[in-house]
Amino acid sequence: MSVLVDGLRKRFGDKIALDGFDLRVRPGTVCGLLGPNGAGKTTSVRILSTLLRADGGRAEVAGFDVATHPMEVRRRIGLVGQHAAVDEVLSGRQNLELFGRLYHLGAAKARVRAAELLDRFGLADTGNKAVRHYSGGMRRRLDLAAGMILAPDVLFLDEPTTGLDPRGRNEVWDAVRSLAGDGATVLLTTQYLDEADQLVDQIAVIDAGRVIAGGSPAELKSRLGGDRIEVVVHDVGDLGTAAELLRKVADAEPERDLDRRRLSAPVRDRVAALTETVRALDAAGVPVEDIALRRPTLDEVFLTLTDGKVSA
Amino acid sequence: MSSLRWAVADGWTMTRRDLGHWVRQPAPVVVSLLFPILLVLMFGYLLGGAIAVPGGGDYREFLLPGMFVMTMGFGVESTLLAVTTDASRGVTDRFRSIPMSQSAVVVGRCGADMLNSVLVLVVMAACGLAVGWRPHGGVGATLAAFGLLLLLRFAFLWVGIWLGLMVADPSAVTLVQVVVWPVSFLSNIFVSPDTMPGWLGAIATWNPLSATAAATRDLFGNPGLADGWIGVAVAWPLLLVAVFFPLSVRAFRRLSR
Repeated sequence: MSVLVDGLRKRFGDKIALDGFDLRVRPGTVCGLLGPNGAGKTTSVRILSTLLRADGGRAEVAGFDVATHPMEVRRRIGLVGQHAAVDEVLSGRQNLELFGRLYHLGAAKARVRAAELLDRFGLADTGNKAVRHYSGGMRRRLDLAAGMILAPDVLFLDEPTTGLDPRGRNEVWDAVRSLAGDGATVLLTTQYLDEADQLVDQIAVIDAGRVIAGGSPAELKSRLGGDRIEVVVHDVGDLGTAAELLRKVADAEPERDLDRRRLSAPVRDRVAALTETVRALDAAGVPVEDIALRRPTLDEVFLTLTDGKVSA
Repeated sequence: MSSLRWAVADGWTMTRRDLGHWVRQPAPVVVSLLFPILLVLMFGYLLGGAIAVPGGGDYREFLLPGMFVMTMGFGVESTLLAVTTDASRGVTDRFRSIPMSQSAVVVGRCGADMLNSVLVLVVMAACGLAVGWRPHGGVGATLAAFGLLLLLRFAFLWVGIWLGLMVADPSAVTLVQVVVWPVSFLSNIFVSPDTMPGWLGAIATWNPLSATAAATRDLFGNPGLADGWIGVAVAWPLLLVAVFFPLSVRAFRRLSR
């Protein structure tokens, strides 16, 4: 295991941040730690990257205990925190050379490595500009590059796309995919289900300091009932007719919301369900205000999981 | 390499990072050099005429050693700003997650700030020479005076590092700016404490800034001043270091709590 965590506990004053946190991440995979603010995502990453000491439990990263062998762990990890933790005044190249020297590469090797990484992360043209003139996406990519100086065995990414525009997010996603493609183990935290969907092999859902569900994105989604179709009719009187029609394409009895004149039902074959529903409603002459396919949101994941419908 | 040699090498790498800042963004360094010069001109020429100089002589001769001391006090601000900026942007955490000598984070800060202070003193001394200040005490005494000033700066360095690690917020520097001024005025930097109400004068006399100012005036050969302050000017900074160095180490360790 690249990351092996048993019963980790951490408390800040009265607040319990981690309450028996367990995790296993296989080498070469991308694991997503999914959870709301305050669930303990950042605390767990900070403990695994040797920045914080746990109150109890045990954590091994790349084969070394984080509490007893922090230097060995630091030699094998890269950390990309929530801020773009780079020197704003220096250029991108100077930043990478600085970190290279601090990783004890020596001046010449640090220079070569900085050039390689700038090239790899698409910063070769802007490498000599001061970081304060970089866009959000460029800063993040430089941050990732700085976490990659030693080609780490395990890379920690704490909410790598928070605060980025869609373009910056895509840039970071591409970078993460390319790192994973090289065989690094990646542990990333996120609040966004679609981000986990894009990047990870395995999800651990964390709430109130412990993992409450785990599995591949597809497994989790199927446990949650997957995609849903939603229909809003113009007349509340048509709700019954529309529900009749929807039942034929849906996987379960449609839920009715009289106040909003809305029906909602889980579907498996997204596109076929949508076309069939539109056709059937049209043929039956039911005026429709809105019709849409919807992925389960993170809110729904949590509602479902904390309702006890799904167990880890 | 041994861990001690890595501590020195990494510390020097961190110091060079700051020197890189001077080159890439010279404005803050230039301002930190120009501001004390502006103060010398303001107090020396605008207000100085109205100030009685203890022991007689030229006010600017009296003022300059005080201004040297005050700029050492300003150093708390630059140290605090650097420490809090790194802490708030996650740069300190990045250093802590790197397999480097952990003391280098602080050693590098120390090296950069002390080099900056030497530069500030050189520029201030040149400015002083231009407005009529002269060291009258010989080479040894003059060097000893600058040594006392750097010792005071070294003490303030640990105050700044400790404060920076505790607050971790760059906006706290305004608070220090607000405090530095009254503390500077409540000293012998600008006027003799003899001119103040008795109890206030007593506080001003025993201000660590006053001790260094009195001792350097003595070493620069200013006329008519009480001697015997050199010992106090050594003791005060050592006491500050004895308090704030362990506090800083503790605050750094507490980052992982």
